[in-house]
Amino acid sequence: MKKVLEVKDLNVFFDTYKAEVQAVRGVSFDVHEKETLAIVGESGSGKSVTSQSIMKLIPMPPGKFAGGSIKFNGEELLDKSEKQMEDIRGKEISMIFQDPMTSLNPTMTVGKQIAESLIKHQNMSKSQARKRGLELLELVGIPNPDARIDQYPHEYSGGMRQRAMIAIALACNPKLLIADEPTTALDVTIQAQILDLMRDLQDKVNTSIILITHDLGVVANAAHRVAVMYGGKIVETGTVDEIFYNPTHPYTWGLLGSMPDLDRDGEEELQAIPGTPPDLSDPPKGCPFAARCPYAMKVCENHMPDYFELSDTQKSACWLLDERSPKVEPPESAKVGGSKRDEE
Amino acid sequence: MPPEIEAQMNAKYGLDDPLHIQYFDYLKDVAQWDFGPSLKLTGQSVNDIINRSFEYSLLLGLESIFLALAFGILLGVIAALRHNSGVDYTAMVIAVLGISVPNFILAAVLQYFFAMKLQLLPVAGFDSFAHTLLPAIALATTPMAFIARLMRSSMLDVLSSDYIKTAKAKGLNERVVTYRHALRNAIMPVVSYLGPLVVAILTGSFVIEEIFNIPGLGAEFVNSVTNRDYTVIMGTTVFFSALLLVSILLVDLLYTLIDPRIKFGKEGGKS
Repeated sequence: MKKVLEVKDLNVFFDTYKAEVQAVRGVSFDVHEKETLAIVGESGSGKSVTSQSIMKLIPMPPGKFAGGSIKFNGEELLDKSEKQMEDIRGKEISMIFQDPMTSLNPTMTVGKQIAESLIKHQNMSKSQARKRGLELLELVGIPNPDARIDQYPHEYSGGMRQRAMIAIALACNPKLLIADEPTTALDVTIQAQILDLMRDLQDKVNTSIILITHDLGVVANAAHRVAVMYGGKIVETGTVDEIFYNPTHPYTWGLLGSMPDLDRDGEEELQAIPGTPPDLSDPPKGCPFAARCPYAMKVCENHMPDYFELSDTQKSACWLLDERSPKVEPPESAKVGGSKRDEE
Repeated sequence: MPPEIEAQMNAKYGLDDPLHIQYFDYLKDVAQWDFGPSLKLTGQSVNDIINRSFEYSLLLGLESIFLALAFGILLGVIAALRHNSGVDYTAMVIAVLGISVPNFILAAVLQYFFAMKLQLLPVAGFDSFAHTLLPAIALATTPMAFIARLMRSSMLDVLSSDYIKTAKAKGLNERVVTYRHALRNAIMPVVSYLGPLVVAILTGSFVIEEIFNIPGLGAEFVNSVTNRDYTVIMGTTVFFSALLLVSILLVDLLYTLIDPRIKFGKEGGKS
């Protein structure tokens, strides 16, 4: 499959009064055509910074790119001027933000907010843009678009606003859609609807999606591949099946273990990962997860492991995979609904 | 004073009626926009005085408000867009100076430099547009500084909000994002300040009117106090209060034009 996006060794730092915060440290990943890549990790792991770097929406200063490359359709985005980026944003790459309650302009009708990018990128007239806006609202499942298009965001419910955001993002049929926790602020039933909608639209408009989330339920539902981020690095990446049924990194085990499971015995307590994420203004020399990892060895503290390739698609950065390390089985809590092999 | 004449006077001004009758008579007249005669300026009614002098105050006031809004908003927006840069610090130093220097001192300084030293503008009087410049600037500086600070902080708020990020993610350039998305949302605090500001400028102009020898309502008000011209004091006070009420009402109406979330009547309140 063709690669839409290639991120290589991306470093994004922020200058603060106290110190330089190394929010993203050498992140590499690819996104293929029509594929959904989920980036998961806890707050402060660098997911959002990574995604906003692709759009170059990081405020600079204080933010800065400290090396690496972001290639979109073979073109290097980091070399592009602000003016050139304006032609890419909204047209080639779009973004959906976390909180639909605040991500729409309260003083502008939804129709106008959709029309803006159409007028900018596709040279549509106002009436053409309105017509397309009606189609888009219909497409994202907003009932009675003729009336809704002239309403303001406060007249929409939360779920409808997120649908409107999706309509804005998809207005120009972008090749890549970055969804930064698109369902976090919504309640569960609406979450499912929005995810279904995104999957439907992905087939219709042939877009690739980067789905940023910390909800593994969402990942299982919507993604093809997963990249697990921790401490500004990707610690494990693989297909959804590989990550859920054959996780190899202790942080991935921890994430899977901290996911509530209805099928599990009621006696069993929900697992949490003890400790707090590392301070990225003074990042640890070795593996960022070493301080919280129950299997940490001496080598983990001082040396960041390379990626161990477990298959064509799965890579994991953990010393446990080195042949010199003791064999460690993933804990019971990290097993998802038993082994997949059992079901088959 | 002979008793016959005193009795005649009392009858004419209604002074022999009991107090509450006098009070209700006054209220009745005020309701019909009649503030009675001046006690000191013979042959002139309070209405005459207000009609004659208010246009000067109004002209001066509107000019100052225009200056204050135009430069205050400009300064605040620029400061916010270039946050923590030299431009920002300069703008805020100007704002702090504007707030801390009282307008009568600024008026004297302006007169000294522009009228006496440079001979560019007239020192005082109110005959031409050139005459209005110095008093309008003196009057506008403090509110301008306030507006600049209000605008800067609310603009900073708005610029870091999610919908500005959405607008940028659409590929709009910084100018469009600022004009179309940020300005309208950031201007609300300034609009709220506008109601009291209109009145403060119209009533607060009496010092400036005295300094520049402008025959405005503020000057008349000060004169009436020193003359103990009670009906003029009462009349102008009521007039100013009515002005305050009207301008606050106008500001409330203005809200609905700017922010669609604010509506009157039963429609409001649903979300």
